[in-house]
Amino acid sequence: MLTIRQLLASRILVLDGAMGTMIQRYKLTEQDFRHNWFESHPSPLKGNNDLLSLTRPDIIRDIHRAYFEAGADIIETNTFSSTTIAQKDYGLEAYVDDLNVQSAKLAREVADEFTKLTPDKPRFVAGSIGPTNRTASISPDVNDPGFRAIDFDELVHAYYQQMKGLSDGGVDIFLIETVFDTLNAKAALYAADVLKEDTGIEIPIMVSGTITDQSGRTLTGQTTEAFLISVSHMPLISIGLNCALGASMMRPYLQVLDKKSPFAVSAHPNAGLPNEFGQYDETPEQMAHQINEFLQEGLVNIVGGCCGTTPEHIRLIAEAAKDVKPRKFKGNE
Amino acid sequence: MSEVTLQLSGLEPLIVTPESNFVNIGERTNVTGSRAFLRMIKEGDFEAGLAVAREQVEGGAQILDINMDEGMIDGKAAMVRFLNLLAAEPDIARIPIMIDSSKWEIIEAGLKCLQGKGVVNSISLKEGEANFVQQATQIKRFGAAVVVMAFDENGQADSFERRIEICERSYRVLVDQVKFPPEDIIFDPNIFPVATGMEEHNNNALDFFNATKWIREHLPGAHVSGGVSNVSFSFRGNDRVREAMHSAFLYHGIQHGMDMGIVNPSMLGVYSEIEPLLLEHVEDVLLNRRSDATERLLEYAESVKGVVDRKQADLSWRELDVKERLSYALIKGIADFVEVDVEECRQLFDRPIEVIEGPLMDGMQRVGDLFGSGQLFLPQVVKSARVMKKAVAVLLPYIEATKAGVSSSAGKIIMATVKGDVHDIGKNIVGVVLGCNNYEVIDLGVMVPTEKIIQTAIDENADAIGLSGLITPSLEEMVDVAKEMERAKLSIPLLIGGATTSKVHTAVKIEQCYSLGQTVHVNDASRAVTVVESLLGSKKEDFVRQLKLDYERLREHHTKHRASKRLISLDAARSNALQLDWSEYEPSVPNKLGVQVFNHFPIKDLVSYIDWTPFFQTWELHGKYPEILTDEVVGIEASKLFEDAQNMLDQLIKEQWLDAHGVAGIFPANSEGDSINIYDTSSSEVVAKSHTLRQQTEKTIGQPNVALADFIAPKSSGKKDYLGAFVVTTGGRLEEKVRAFEQDHDDYNAILLKALADRLAEAFAEKLHEVVRREIWGYATTENLTNDELIKEDYRGIRPAPGYPACPDHTEKLTIFELLKATENTGVILTESLAMYPASAVSGWYFAHPQAHYFGLGKITKEQVADLSQRKNESIEVMEKWLSPSLV
Repeated sequence: MLTIRQLLASRILVLDGAMGTMIQRYKLTEQDFRHNWFESHPSPLKGNNDLLSLTRPDIIRDIHRAYFEAGADIIETNTFSSTTIAQKDYGLEAYVDDLNVQSAKLAREVADEFTKLTPDKPRFVAGSIGPTNRTASISPDVNDPGFRAIDFDELVHAYYQQMKGLSDGGVDIFLIETVFDTLNAKAALYAADVLKEDTGIEIPIMVSGTITDQSGRTLTGQTTEAFLISVSHMPLISIGLNCALGASMMRPYLQVLDKKSPFAVSAHPNAGLPNEFGQYDETPEQMAHQINEFLQEGLVNIVGGCCGTTPEHIRLIAEAAKDVKPRKFKGNE
Repeated sequence: MSEVTLQLSGLEPLIVTPESNFVNIGERTNVTGSRAFLRMIKEGDFEAGLAVAREQVEGGAQILDINMDEGMIDGKAAMVRFLNLLAAEPDIARIPIMIDSSKWEIIEAGLKCLQGKGVVNSISLKEGEANFVQQATQIKRFGAAVVVMAFDENGQADSFERRIEICERSYRVLVDQVKFPPEDIIFDPNIFPVATGMEEHNNNALDFFNATKWIREHLPGAHVSGGVSNVSFSFRGNDRVREAMHSAFLYHGIQHGMDMGIVNPSMLGVYSEIEPLLLEHVEDVLLNRRSDATERLLEYAESVKGVVDRKQADLSWRELDVKERLSYALIKGIADFVEVDVEECRQLFDRPIEVIEGPLMDGMQRVGDLFGSGQLFLPQVVKSARVMKKAVAVLLPYIEATKAGVSSSAGKIIMATVKGDVHDIGKNIVGVVLGCNNYEVIDLGVMVPTEKIIQTAIDENADAIGLSGLITPSLEEMVDVAKEMERAKLSIPLLIGGATTSKVHTAVKIEQCYSLGQTVHVNDASRAVTVVESLLGSKKEDFVRQLKLDYERLREHHTKHRASKRLISLDAARSNALQLDWSEYEPSVPNKLGVQVFNHFPIKDLVSYIDWTPFFQTWELHGKYPEILTDEVVGIEASKLFEDAQNMLDQLIKEQWLDAHGVAGIFPANSEGDSINIYDTSSSEVVAKSHTLRQQTEKTIGQPNVALADFIAPKSSGKKDYLGAFVVTTGGRLEEKVRAFEQDHDDYNAILLKALADRLAEAFAEKLHEVVRREIWGYATTENLTNDELIKEDYRGIRPAPGYPACPDHTEKLTIFELLKATENTGVILTESLAMYPASAVSGWYFAHPQAHYFGLGKITKEQVADLSQRKNESIEVMEKWLSPSLV
């Protein structure tokens, strides 16, 4: 079977779309989030989507399938918030191992199922690693800018645990995404490196940052290029951008990455900007059209969708990407 | 696609390409380089510190160097706080950060605060390759570039050859072994001063330039940086010349490939605008173009000196003439300006050694006089010594370079703590005081074998040997040294000092072993100088004659005295043993039996248990605490010392300089004769025996001849009794910190720390004893004593220590250590003389009987030693050696 790195040399790879948007379609109740696992948990759990990998694996499996059927090469595990730090708000730190291992196994099963059907198009599982809900570079207390609610060591510890679970569950890739604080991402990279040393297994890493607005900077104030430099000490397979912006607004920053990055470049934008109801209403056609522009311009190697995107979006994006030559970079020249 | 090149980032990128100009590193946010910044950080005014950083960025700094290495602040905490605050200032945080520290823990803490890609300044091969590889691997993992100093196991590179040799080796290790990206390596090949007046320094700048060129040509990707202001060190105070030197140095440095550097922009002119004649002189010096280059530049410098605008004289004494200032600094023990002043002073003399022989020795002479006349006290003298040492350290490179430093000292003295002993506070103090008085002290450290002492004395052609020791077996070692000196046909004076030594012991046991030279007992630092002066000076004959008479009288007196004190036979002593009424006594049953370990015991919990009086004795300030603080004579100095001690205590707690470990255990036990059988906690199997010694002096009627075994219920009583034991230390990590102070020529703080560690170990013993009485043994659950009452031992039970009066037999420590697995549990080891190492350690037995009390064993007979040898299953000769101080 071809590896991700080999595939990146020959074509554009397609990442899946939103998980949350798809889950919303099922109109789930509190009970769905508790089923069998958390029946008597004292606080509400609805909205803690990662739990569904345990309580409603059937739904997560269906969503993974739908994305593969739409043409995705890589699906993301349902683990965006599966760290002790993010789960602390729900009092579920103790389930972090279960969440990561089970989510990875679920995605693994579905991916293997599809690879078996079309061995010429192998499918991959990326372990989704979110930013947590704490920032190591910003004080949450306006009166004390030197204060930190979390530090590097705590982040390393939490990320290590998540990555270990994902690795045990069988992921092909770590996707450190929605990076709004580069120091958090550096802690994740540090954890990955320690894990590699401990297990002897090298799991390729994708990093994807979030440019919050048109200032062109991350939440913690870094420019796209500064962000790239700050995470380039690890041999990544790709660097990219996701979330916050729609495809068209992401373009200038992807151009920076295209110009400067020695790694593959990825983009998984939102389906436009949220409307007044908080919904993303860029149609699959509109989005695919904009992504096609990046593709024609040769800016990227991996495309997909973030908030508001559905299998229909991915189907059109995959079609657009099918015959396009991938961006040239150090790893595929 | 971009070329591979050094890329750094703050909030914004910094790309260093061959085309980019010289990268300027801002250096004012450095506590070691800026007194103003240090003051801000010390006072916790981080806002002001941020303003300094902002000024640097606005002034064009492209990388911000941050250094918090200062003994008086918590460098790690300050680094983290400053970086976190800085992250909230986008106008400062936009440029990359250089974390500058010689302490790895500060570097690591700093790296954990940087979201951007910063630079570590610095690492080197100084401590060997393993350390270097480990640090580089971590730096790579954190995603930072690194400054590598041209420094290796043999020292700092000071020639072209050494520079390139070390840089190449560093580069190969980093690139081949660590897989460190070559473009992320920045070499600092050491910028040293030129125009110092020393011929050896003439090539300093040129060597740097050539090494830079070589690095850039042979070590692909690597960069070269350096601290430029060093080069003009000789011209401090003459900013015009300095600016020109900096500009010209940079110009040539950059030509040779230097692409980064630390230079104060306010001390930098424009190369092309340097006055041509000055430029010519400066370049003559930098490029070593003519042999009289230095003289010509100096001459020129004199003519342009103009405004000698030194730092604002916020202290009036700074207005004094430089020699006066040095003298003032020595007497007051102020080390802050010593480097500047010495440097200035050096310019006034033809040879650097004259600064020592002149103003510095004059100053120390006054310190010595004041000390001798009781106007200065030991802590002040040790502080003065710190100033002296720092001053000498500034001059030493110049002196060595001119080879003019050959012994102008008053004499060379070898100092050593003898084999098997680890106690050195007193020795260090005497060493410092002798050093202050122009003696060259060669300190061989602790646990020094006799052969080494003798050999060094011969090799160094020493003028005297000083021996120190605290435990009683060291007395024997000293006798051994004296005998060996005789055998080696040495005739130099032998000085004896240390807590257990005495004039009597020196007279009776040591002096006669060494007939070729004079042995003398000197137990306090204040007398050491006078004694040595007398022994080495012209009055030697008189002094020695007096001494010999004195010692002869002592010997006579000793013999008579011994005869007058009658010892009784062992049997008689035993039949006069202390008889406690066991039928009426119910031994307290301990709550917990067996060994209890206390690792990493919080030092802060020990502070209130400190007995301060002995602390002041260490410094020869006599009086009882706390009255000593208001004492008419020594009150002021005692208070100052106490304040320093409190500050250090705070810091050592906060920064965890020390690690305390303890172990205690209580076991079922019964006495059998003069020995105590110690049983297994669950069976009646004897696991160890404590063999105690019995007083043999003749007692008045009704007074018993006591042995410790008397305090434990005899087997025959049928009562189950208990015996406890303990070992504590506060010396974990002590050495490390002491060494750091010593390297900084700071004997004052080194000695202060050791003395505090000793006090804390005693405090720990006190604290643990309390825990045992109240909880573990639990026979005094309601005991509630003040520290004063604890010091006075107003509690039930005793904790006699082997090697002390009730139990002079050091070999009992072996039993305690074995019983408690003490080495394993606390890290304390026993030396061949059964001293505990680290020295800040206490061990002993616990006796709980209400009538158990401390006593002095006094003298014993050979008969008892023979009896003990049998009980211990050891040869009489060996036991005689251990107990010789107690033997008649």
